[in-house]
Amino acid sequence: MKTVIIQYNAGNIQSVLYALERLGATALVTDDANEIKTADKVIFPGVGEASTAMQYLKERKLDLLIKNLEQPVLGICLGMQLMCAHSAENNTPCLGIFEEQVKQFKPLDATIKVPQIGWNTISNLKSVLFEGIPENSYAYFVHGYYAAMGAHTIATTNYVEDYSSALQKNNFYGVQFHPEKSALIGEQIIKNFLAL
Amino acid sequence: MLTKRIIPCLDIKDGRTVKGVNFEQLRDAGDPIELAALYAQEGADELVFLDITATIEKRKTLSELVNKIAHRINIPFTVGGGIKTEEDVSILLQNGADKISINTAAFLDPTIINRFAKNFGSQCVVLAIDTKLEADGNWYVYLNGGRQKTDSLTTTWAKKAVDLGVGEILLTSMNHDGTKQGFALDITATLSSLLPVPIIASGGGGTAEHFYDVFTTGKADAALAASIFHYKEVAIPDLKNFLINKGLAIRI
Repeated sequence: MKTVIIQYNAGNIQSVLYALERLGATALVTDDANEIKTADKVIFPGVGEASTAMQYLKERKLDLLIKNLEQPVLGICLGMQLMCAHSAENNTPCLGIFEEQVKQFKPLDATIKVPQIGWNTISNLKSVLFEGIPENSYAYFVHGYYAAMGAHTIATTNYVEDYSSALQKNNFYGVQFHPEKSALIGEQIIKNFLAL
Repeated sequence: MLTKRIIPCLDIKDGRTVKGVNFEQLRDAGDPIELAALYAQEGADELVFLDITATIEKRKTLSELVNKIAHRINIPFTVGGGIKTEEDVSILLQNGADKISINTAAFLDPTIINRFAKNFGSQCVVLAIDTKLEADGNWYVYLNGGRQKTDSLTTTWAKKAVDLGVGEILLTSMNHDGTKQGFALDITATLSSLLPVPIIASGGGGTAEHFYDVFTTGKADAALAASIFHYKEVAIPDLKNFLINKGLAIRI
């Protein structure tokens, strides 16, 4: 099986590769269109800022490429947000794979810190991606923007309000948390994705 | 619900874990990779590695250690010690660190906060502050591993650093560090109430009650400790069960 991690100007790409290696899997980190197209599984990771990431993808025509992939694709954190319709982060039009909108956390009082950093629960799990994962399991999150609840929500988390901590549409999966840093729960989710 | 975080800290000197009292009297506390793996397995929420003898010659050793840790553990970790340039950050992140911690270099040149935040994102920039309560009743910032006093108030420096883009603050009370008599609740609560970013309290954690106090009275988002974990005085699973029974949101 050939797994590709899309290389672009976002952080934490190595962490995803190391997580796969811990599971005994291998992956190719690349921005080469042909390598991405011919992969069995594609992981679209990312930590960073939406508009610079989208600009980078467009310059390399990776935006159209990603949208048209037919094999299982897993977006992580910023990767998932970029798969949505639009991000409030610098008012950025995104890939539009999911219709959901990406909004900014606006806490009502100073006790709620932004970005959300740490472990929070994932609930209402609705996808094969979460096979064997108990309801209300903890996953590791680091983010100041979030995808609103919508038709493609397959996991819900609450911070300021309920939001989509995972999305799925056809072959496209996205998780807001970092499975590569979410201990055993995260490892199981990565295994489930690789087994699709 | 977002949980309070328990963070073991590993001070690294020449590739080994060490721990001192009030920033001095270093003792050997074991192989950092083995300790890190053990803590991850026991339910630590994150780890912090501080290279306390960071020099230019040893940068390569540190990045190799970071790489080994990243291959072994499945929870987030922060690396600090002698980080001054974008290249330093880039190497550590490429080797698998999730966040970097800066201290003296950021104080001497605050523009690096802004540059690091812009290039790597605020979420990966942790500002470490070593602070000490002086006889005049104020908490001051100390540099160079606690050896050099400054005239800056901790609240003033922390606020400025957040405005420049740090994503978290790791606050160590030098009065409390290594004493196991409890965290500095007042300055931790003051910073947590003042600033919109998470505060990691450090220094003085000796019992499970101390952690409860710093999460409630101290309003900390996370609490860091070293020797009590290294010398198995407090086990992470026991600590977490204690806090859960007290009604706090804690991951197990």
